[in-house]
Amino acid sequence: MTTIDTRPDAANAAADDASSGSAVASFFVDAAAWATTTDHKRIGRMYAGAGLLALLAAASLGALLGLERAQDSNTLVDADALLQVFQAYRVGLVFAAVIPLGLGLAIAVVPLQLGARSLAFPRLALTGFYSWLGGLALTMVALGRNGGIGGGDQQGVDLFLAGHGLMIIGLLASAGCVATSVLTTRAPGMTMRRVPLFAWSALIGALGMLLVLPVVFGAIIYVFLDHRYAQLNFGGSEGIVIWIGWAFSVPAIIVYSLPAVGVAAEMFPVACRHRQVMRGVSFAGIALVGVAALAATTQQFVHDVTFDTDGESFVRGAVPFLIFAGLPVLGLMIVLGLGLLTAKQGLANGKPSISAPLVLSLVGFDMIVGGVLGNALYSVTDLELIGTSFEEGTVLLIVYGTALGVMGGLAFWAPKLWGRVLPNKQALPIALLASLGAALATIPLLIAGFLDQSGGVPANDDDVSSLLTIAGVDQGVLWNTLSFAGHGLVALAVLAFVGLMLKTFTGAGQVADQNPFGGHTIEWGAPSPAPADNYEKIVTVASPEPQFDLTYEGSRS
Amino acid sequence: MSTSTAQLALPPGAAPAPRRQLFVGTAVACVAGTMLIGGMLAIWVLLRGRVVETGARFPVDYIIPEVATNVMLMTIWALCLFAQWAVYSGSRGDRAHAALALGVTALLAIAFINAQAFVYVDMAVEIRADNYGVLFYAVTGAMMAIVVAGLVFTTVAAFRALSGRLQETEILSAHALYWYFAAAAYSAVWFVVYVTK
Repeated sequence: MTTIDTRPDAANAAADDASSGSAVASFFVDAAAWATTTDHKRIGRMYAGAGLLALLAAASLGALLGLERAQDSNTLVDADALLQVFQAYRVGLVFAAVIPLGLGLAIAVVPLQLGARSLAFPRLALTGFYSWLGGLALTMVALGRNGGIGGGDQQGVDLFLAGHGLMIIGLLASAGCVATSVLTTRAPGMTMRRVPLFAWSALIGALGMLLVLPVVFGAIIYVFLDHRYAQLNFGGSEGIVIWIGWAFSVPAIIVYSLPAVGVAAEMFPVACRHRQVMRGVSFAGIALVGVAALAATTQQFVHDVTFDTDGESFVRGAVPFLIFAGLPVLGLMIVLGLGLLTAKQGLANGKPSISAPLVLSLVGFDMIVGGVLGNALYSVTDLELIGTSFEEGTVLLIVYGTALGVMGGLAFWAPKLWGRVLPNKQALPIALLASLGAALATIPLLIAGFLDQSGGVPANDDDVSSLLTIAGVDQGVLWNTLSFAGHGLVALAVLAFVGLMLKTFTGAGQVADQNPFGGHTIEWGAPSPAPADNYEKIVTVASPEPQFDLTYEGSRS
Repeated sequence: MSTSTAQLALPPGAAPAPRRQLFVGTAVACVAGTMLIGGMLAIWVLLRGRVVETGARFPVDYIIPEVATNVMLMTIWALCLFAQWAVYSGSRGDRAHAALALGVTALLAIAFINAQAFVYVDMAVEIRADNYGVLFYAVTGAMMAIVVAGLVFTTVAAFRALSGRLQETEILSAHALYWYFAAAAYSAVWFVVYVTK
C-alpha cells in the first residue's frame, strides 16, 4: 500500500466486532471508527452534519438580531457583545454553514457518482475537516473574548484571524480532494462529458474555492502580522473588514453555492423520468456561474452603470457589469431553462414524482437564482443599494438557498449514504417550512434595503448602531419582524431535518431499495447503503445515464 | 486445496489505481499556491503604490542584498533541473542517479533557506518600525513556507522512490512539478520584492 492508495475501511468490521461487547465499548469503538474514518461517505456526513448545526446556530442568531432590530429599545443583547454577535452570525452563515454543507455533500456523493471506490486522498480530506472544525472553534472562542473585526481584545483579534486561516486551510485541503477525484478517479468509460451534473458542479465549485480562498488566506497573513506587530498598513482590527470582508459577501459566496445548483440540475430529469436535454449546454451553464462569479470576486464587483449619461459612458459601465454580474445570471438561466425543457418533455411520461428532495432542491435553486439576481442589482452604484440591508438579504438568499439544496441532496442520496429513505410525510412539511422561513427571512431585508435600512458586516460599535437603527425606514418594524420570524422558521426546520436524519440513522424508517427515486446515474446501481468501498466491481460506463438506460430502455451500459 | 479453489477464495481484486492522482493533486495544490502568492503580491503592489505616490522610496532605509537574492533565484531554478533529473533517472531505473538528484535537490532547497536567513540577518528589517516590515516578512515568509513544504516533499519522494518503487515515477513527476511552481512563485517574489525599487 502506498501513501495514496486507499483500502476498504476497516471501521465497519471493527464496529461489528465491538457490537458483541458492552454498549459503552461499542460506543467508543464506533466513535473511534468515525473519528479516524477514510470512508468518504462518513467524512462528507460529518462535514454536512456540522454545517447543519452551524446553520441552526446562525439562523438562531439571525432571529435574535432580527428581533433586536425590530425593537425600538434594543435591549435583548448586551450592547458590548452586539458587534461579536453580528460577526458570529456572518461567519456562521458563510464559513461555518454554506461552504462545509456544499463541500460535505460533494465529498459524500461525488466518488459514488464517479464509480470510484474512494475519494482521492481521503486522509487529507479528514484532516481538512478537523482543521476546519478547529479553526471554527478558535474563531468562536475569539469572538467570545471580545475578538473579531473591531474587537477590543488584541489577542482575541489575532485568534479570530488565526481561526479563519485554519478554517481556510482545511476547506482548501478538502476542496482539493474533490477536484482531484473528479479529474482522476472516474470509472472506465466515464469521460468528462459523461460526468453527472452534480459531480460537475462540485468540480467547478471546488476549483472556484481553490482560486478564491488562497487570496483570502494571503490577506489574512498580512492582516495578522500587521495587527500583531505594527498596525500601520491595514487599519488595525477595524481594517480587517476591508481586506477579508468580501469573503463573507456576494459575489464570493456564489462560488460556494455551486453544489446546490448541481443538485437541482440533477433533480429535473429524475423527477420527470427523462434524459437531461442538452447536457453539454447545462455543463456550460454551471461553469459560467463559477467562472463569472470568480471573475467578479477577483476583479470588480461594484459597477458605475449610469443610466442618465451619454452612450459611451453607459457602455463603459454596462459592459463589465454584464460580464461580471450578468453572466452568472445567464448561467443559472441556462440550467433552469434546460431543466424546464427536460421536465416538459418528461411530462409525456406522466406526472413528475413530488418528493421532499425535489421540493428542497428546487426551492433552494430558485433562491440562489434570486440571490444572484440580487447580486447583479446590488453591484450597480446608481441604485444606491451598497451599504444597505439588501446585501444581507442577497447573502441570505444564496446561503439559505444552498442549505435547502444540500438538504435536498442529503434526502435524495440518503439511501446510498445510510440506507434509509426519509419518509415523505415527515420530510415534505419540513421542506415547506424551510422554504417559507427562508423566503420570509430574506425578502423583507431586500425590501428594507430599497428603503435605506443599513446593512453589511460591522467593523465597530458605530456600524452596529447604524445596523440597529430603523427609525428612518418605512415600516422598518414590520420588515425586521418578518425577517425574525423567517430565521426562526428556518432554525426550526433545520432542527427538525437533523432530528429526522438522526432518527433514520438509528434504523427507523423505510429501508431503501437500490434505486428508490429512479435515479439515472451510476451510483444508483450500488447497494443501499453503499459499502465502505462503494463498488465490489468497477463497471465500465458507456452512457451519461447508465441507470436510466437500464431502467427505461432495458439496455445495460 | 487446489489452485483454482484458492483463487476463488480470494476477495475481489483492488480497483485499478487512479491514473496520475498524485500528479493532478499536486497541480491543484500548485494552482492554490499560485493564487496565494499572486494575491499577496497584488496587495504588496497596491500598498507600495500608495507609498510611492507620496514621493517616498519603498523601502526607505533598507539595502537589499542583491547578490544573495539573485543567487536564490538561480538556486531554485537549478533545483528544478535536479528534480527533473530525478524523474529521468527514475524512469530508467537508475537508482544511483535518482538518489543523487534527489539529494542535490534537498541540498539546494536547504541552501535557499539558508540564503533567505542571510537576507533576513543582513537587512535586519524591523517588523514594528514601518509599513515595509510587515509586508516584507509576510511575503518572504510565505515563500519560505512553500520551500520548506517542498523540502518535505523531496524527503517523502526520496523515501518512496528509493525504497523499491523507483520506476513508478508519478511521485517524482509531481515533486518536479511542485518545484517548477516554487521557482515560478519565487521569480515573481524576486521581481516584485527585491528588484522593483
